[in-house]
Amino acid sequence: METTELLRTASQVRRDIVRMVAGVNSGHPGGSLGCADFLTLLYFDVMKHNPANFSMDGEGEDLFFLSNGHISPVWYSVLARSGYFQVKDLGTFRKLSSKLQGHPSTDKKLPGVRMASGSLGQGLSVGIGAAQVKKLNKDASYVYTLHGDGELQEGQIWEAAMYAAANKVDNIIATIDYNGRQIDGNVDDVLSLGNLHEKWQAFGWIVLEMDGHNFIDMKNTMLKAHSLCGEGKPVVIIMKTEMGQGVDYMMGSHKWHGVAPNAEQLESALNQLEETLGDY
Amino acid sequence: MEFEILGNKDTRSGFGEGLAELGRTNDNVVALCADLIGSLKMDAFKKENPERFFQVGIAEANMMGLAAGMTIGGKIPFTGTFANFSTGRVYDQIRQSIAYSQKNVKICASHAGLTLGEDGATHQILEDIGMMKMLPNMTVIVPADFNQTKQATIAIAEHQGPVYLRFGRPVMPIFVKPDAKFVIGKADVLQEGTDVTIIACGHLVWKSIEAAKILAEKGVSVELINMHTIKPLDEEAILNSVRKTKCVVTAEEHMMHGGLGDSVAQVLARNLPSPQEFVAVNDSFGESGTPMELMTKYGIDSQNVVDAALKAIARK
Repeated sequence: METTELLRTASQVRRDIVRMVAGVNSGHPGGSLGCADFLTLLYFDVMKHNPANFSMDGEGEDLFFLSNGHISPVWYSVLARSGYFQVKDLGTFRKLSSKLQGHPSTDKKLPGVRMASGSLGQGLSVGIGAAQVKKLNKDASYVYTLHGDGELQEGQIWEAAMYAAANKVDNIIATIDYNGRQIDGNVDDVLSLGNLHEKWQAFGWIVLEMDGHNFIDMKNTMLKAHSLCGEGKPVVIIMKTEMGQGVDYMMGSHKWHGVAPNAEQLESALNQLEETLGDY
Repeated sequence: MEFEILGNKDTRSGFGEGLAELGRTNDNVVALCADLIGSLKMDAFKKENPERFFQVGIAEANMMGLAAGMTIGGKIPFTGTFANFSTGRVYDQIRQSIAYSQKNVKICASHAGLTLGEDGATHQILEDIGMMKMLPNMTVIVPADFNQTKQATIAIAEHQGPVYLRFGRPVMPIFVKPDAKFVIGKADVLQEGTDVTIIACGHLVWKSIEAAKILAEKGVSVELINMHTIKPLDEEAILNSVRKTKCVVTAEEHMMHGGLGDSVAQVLARNLPSPQEFVAVNDSFGESGTPMELMTKYGIDSQNVVDAALKAIARK
């Protein structure tokens, strides 16, 4: 997809995010807005997938696992906009009996979701397991995972990181949403990750970095990641993002991690985000 | 009724044999182990199916996540480690990535309960049945002997959904026939009787067989049920028996809170309130000792089943 089209799609995704969260006065807009560009690129340009005919096993398809499940609004929007389910279903987010649970789940059979997430740190193990089965099944597709940077404080992430390198799981591309913020404040103040690039390298991963709001840079980095797969090492991309990207008053702070905008704030946000594909 | 002892083996070896057989008959079965291949008797599967065996190291949380991910693409993962590290250590991973996500993972847990023995309380989990049975979508199975553990291992591969399979370390008598059919959720009535129902699982089934013999000598007629599936519970088998005997003893190598006894008590409280005595560990951690010493000290031996039966009968 052309960059101009990706930009237009991401703008609509951002509108969806703030409208969904405001609609139920709960949810996580900050990280969702920060990952809107990346997930738009992934679902509309990078991934080989079959939205019209979702299957749990996803044979012959690339798989995506959202490990930081609290940014469900951005994922739901991208899933709906790429055809997994009807766009109008976004209006049911976090409402009773909805398939669009506060955090992603499989039990209500939302097409596009293969694993529940929300309790942090579990998605990398899941992605690695799925990637190993792709190899067993001689399926040459990729597995993508997305993680928050705060989420890397969970120990299971590093168990999984060690395992993937030791077992040469080289068909997985993990991406870190490196926005430097978490609920209680800056990641550096809450529990510093230290030198993240060197940490992943020391765990045996190929480490790339990219600007999560620059489609050209992201496209090139994903191409590079693909070219590095199959070489016996897992690949991680440290993606620099801004929490709340696209809504001026949400940027530059951790405060919009899990807070919904009120009616006035919603209007201000929507004035900053062009309606390109039609609101749900 | 006499029970023929067909041999003496540990239940974990039944798991190992069952898994090896699955390796030969079902290409979708994969196995993961957290640095306890010998203890879990997974050597044969590993040797025969190296490409379907995953050594994960001492990292059980990762193992549960890997297993959940491996179901995507059609595999049937069997995880193997001690019961303590199969449940308490990884409860949240099981809860979210396996039970809530409805993944077809078989959590196979050895060295459960006091009979792990000398390693002591750090490893002797007595809460695992409770934790696992509370999870929606989870099936909980505690087979009684070597043959039944092998049969259960093979049976759970055919069941779609998460399963907790609990077995143990000590060598115990084998009494289930090698060709018996294991049906998940269908209790085995081992002996019919009229005075008291004894419902047991795991190693306590053999202890209850011994108790029934002692009770018979005292003129007590015991109906003995091997409740190998804790969830879904065979409520009909419980009610049919207790309608006849009017009292019940439950026996298990588990904490009294949250185990088989709790489940049976709920069924009776709702349908047929009856005197019930509990043979189980009473709100206590274990300690080092031989398996049989520990069963005696913590009140889960055959004599405890006898005493409980007489007490239950007296309460009728």
